[in-house]
Amino acid sequence: MWHELFLIPFLTGLVLAVLLPLLGCYLRLRDEWLAALAYSHVAAAGALLALVAALPPALGGLGAATVVGAGKRFFARRLAGGASYALLLLGGWAVAVLVAANQPSAERLGHALFDGQLYFADSLQLWLVSLFAGVALLVLRLLSQHLLLAHLYPDFFRVRGLQAWPIQSGFDVLAALALALATMSLGVMGAFALVFIPPWLAFRRAANWRKGLLLAVLIGVLAYVAAFLGALVLDQPFGPMLALVLITVGLVIA
Amino acid sequence: MSLLLDAQGLVAGWEQPATRPFDFSVEAGEVVGLTGPNGVGKSTVLAVFAGRATRFAGRLELAPGLRLALQTQDVPPLLGLPVSARELLALTGATPDGLPPWLGERLDLRLDRLSGGQRHYLALWAILQAPADLVLLDEPTNNLDAAGVAHLTVHLRERAKTGAGIVVVSHDAAFVADVCDRVVVLGASDVA
Repeated sequence: MWHELFLIPFLTGLVLAVLLPLLGCYLRLRDEWLAALAYSHVAAAGALLALVAALPPALGGLGAATVVGAGKRFFARRLAGGASYALLLLGGWAVAVLVAANQPSAERLGHALFDGQLYFADSLQLWLVSLFAGVALLVLRLLSQHLLLAHLYPDFFRVRGLQAWPIQSGFDVLAALALALATMSLGVMGAFALVFIPPWLAFRRAANWRKGLLLAVLIGVLAYVAAFLGALVLDQPFGPMLALVLITVGLVIA
Repeated sequence: MSLLLDAQGLVAGWEQPATRPFDFSVEAGEVVGLTGPNGVGKSTVLAVFAGRATRFAGRLELAPGLRLALQTQDVPPLLGLPVSARELLALTGATPDGLPPWLGERLDLRLDRLSGGQRHYLALWAILQAPADLVLLDEPTNNLDAAGVAHLTVHLRERAKTGAGIVVVSHDAAFVADVCDRVVVLGASDVA
């Protein structure tokens, strides 16, 4: 397993197993966990469209997710209650399936994006994910108090003259980019499992916010390591193994 | 004492005017009550003071650099969140010093593990004790038992002694009478 062939994919996923549960805690705080699925589907559609246009798929995925994350605030008021995420999810899925159905090369990439292609992660991807995760963790640390205050005391937040939109839009773009990067390696459902299940369990069990963040990361990392080893030993695809491990952990803890 | 807020002939509302013109002022160290029948626009007045609602007419002046704290009737969405009482107070910069013993010993518990009354008092305390020159409170005695109201009454007086101005909107006549230096009644008798 410590051969470079497996080590680089393992480390790439490990970085995401730290970042995604943390991000999921803030998405759950804002009742926006559905955003994880929406951004992943949009990223997949963007990657496939880029492939058809002879552009790097990663660029298309990141670009589509960034545009949607940055533009969300302009239609959030009209599409409240998670409707925007449901529409983005359905739109992303529809575009991705249609592109894949009409382009043989896109069909292969489509399967890889939805099922996960962690074992094909190369050193460039590891560097990209690590660099982004470092920046994302720093930004999350800076935004944390503001995101909590804006959610719990929106009026106090405004009356203090604090601008909500730079914080919310900054977080939206961060989440969209993280999900796009994660989709490229873990797949849509693998990324969603890490965003949804560890925070769900941590919110139920943790004594406070700080411990909740730590517990979410702990659950995410342990489940990821178990799934990676399990998939290698049993020669199974990684994404479904990760989902099954997390579901099992979830049922036991919940 | 210095004037923190001065309103003359103010008409407050959201999409359209919700109050008749009225005068209102608060000085540092003063607790001013704002009462009146339901629907007269008391909460809207606080919203105008906080810059959230619309001033349709009249003049409203706030002291330069005034720091506001606003407590609305909306309950912070704490259920299901792993947020402790200590973390909540830290968010607004409020100190736990002065909390009643029945809350002081529960600071490290999750807020959704506390009773509704305890949670409400802590959520109120986070605003009341936030660093602010003028504190606007909308129905602060909602969900409080007699011990909570008694503690709040004493504490509001102490908070005012530190130099803060406090505006209290309440339908609790006894509480308003106990805590306020002055009371402005919004209604037909007070409008031009």
